Amino acid sequence: MRRMNRRTRVLMLTLVMALLLAAVYLAGLLVPEEAVASHFMEARQAPSLTHLFGTDTLGRDLFWRTIKGLSVSLTVGIAASGISAVVAVLVGIAAAVGSKRVDGVINWVIDLVMGVPHTILVLLISFALGRGLTGLLVGIACTHWCSLARLIRGEVMQLRSQQYVAVSRRLGKSSGWILIHHLLPHLVPQFFVGLILLFPHAILHEASISFLGYGLPPEQPAIGIILAESMNYLSAGMWWPAVFPGLTLVAIVLLIDRLGDNLRKILDPYSAQE
Amino acid sequence: MALEAKNLSFRYARNLPWVLENRSLRVEEGERLGLFAPSGYGKTTLAMVLSGYLQPTRGEVLLDGKPLPMTGVCPVQLIYQHPEKAINPRWRLRKVLEESGQLDEAVLGAFGIEPAWLDRFPRELSGGELQRFCVARALMSGCRYLICDEISTMLDVITQAQIWNVVLSEAEKRNMAVIAVTHNRHLAQRICTRTVDLSE
Repeated sequence: MRRMNRRTRVLMLTLVMALLLAAVYLAGLLVPEEAVASHFMEARQAPSLTHLFGTDTLGRDLFWRTIKGLSVSLTVGIAASGISAVVAVLVGIAAAVGSKRVDGVINWVIDLVMGVPHTILVLLISFALGRGLTGLLVGIACTHWCSLARLIRGEVMQLRSQQYVAVSRRLGKSSGWILIHHLLPHLVPQFFVGLILLFPHAILHEASISFLGYGLPPEQPAIGIILAESMNYLSAGMWWPAVFPGLTLVAIVLLIDRLGDNLRKILDPYSAQE
Repeated sequence: MALEAKNLSFRYARNLPWVLENRSLRVEEGERLGLFAPSGYGKTTLAMVLSGYLQPTRGEVLLDGKPLPMTGVCPVQLIYQHPEKAINPRWRLRKVLEESGQLDEAVLGAFGIEPAWLDRFPRELSGGELQRFCVARALMSGCRYLICDEISTMLDVITQAQIWNVVLSEAEKRNMAVIAVTHNRHLAQRICTRTVDLSE
């Protein structure tokens, strides 16, 4: 370890985190239905070696159910933050490059969306679209692009005032050429870091909306659903359906957050040279 | 065939004072004009208006009797004082040069640009080396008027002489006009056929 410099260490750590996330995702996809089926003989068992997280009132193994739920969460996270980030880039560039009026309208919409609490907005959109996966996805994607769009708008405005962009224009390059060759490459780090930092938000919102009953349907193994079910039995002394899935959710969110932070360290020119 | 400024006036905003007022200037093709003034007399502003980076508030800039073209490669090219700002820091220098067209081996050789530099990033070269790239880029665009805005102020005397030698010989070869903006009266007298003092 001594011989590695900080950059290599961060790189390794990031790789391990990414692998861990991929493993959780794949495990969730590959778990057979049998593993999460009901076994009424084994209902309400406390955590043990055979059932790491215990079982719920229907005798389903909570460990595998949690893994499956996390996999769903990750799917929602990837799709929603992906859409959000792309929307943010497009809107940000449009605001910075477009006329004053376009910029004004976009800023007004950003203020509007940011002004309403996310949870309420996601809830309304998800409900209006008939709940389920699509409702959640659209809801989260529609509400999370704002801050990144603002960041990108500022970045593009700053880049556009650079001398080399002015020179490029006098060398006969079109706005489109300048956008692709001069501006977009500068936005790549912002885009990826923004994307990954949106990820935990998306997952937490998915879980909270499902918990409130406006998101994924109850038969789907999702963290929000598991937590909502666990509330009914908490007063009866069944602590494990709430504690373990909740903790794994927090762990995954923290993991992704650290991943984004590390990625920023790697991509950001100020810390990339360390 | 000339670059002409007719009654130019310029200010950066309505509530700011005039930087240029009613200034006229004429540069013939192949001429070498030295623009000379102390700080704050609008040398750089005039250079930017002449090369089309800024639109004059009043008056006009004419090239061969017509307004400067706003699209396509501009025949009037400006070289800035700070080369590190005029080059995209994320581009390798080969791409920087290719932005203005095909690489011209003769120009590269004349400026002492080594082939190995082409695959480096701007951060890895010194200011003087970068300035050679900026001048080479402008020359390779096939410009007919080259405006040099204090391009050698931050260079040591040897590099200054080297750059000016190439610029002057290229200007001679192509019958290109050079407008040298400078603080240095001796430099202006040495390289130019005519000097204009903006402070007068």
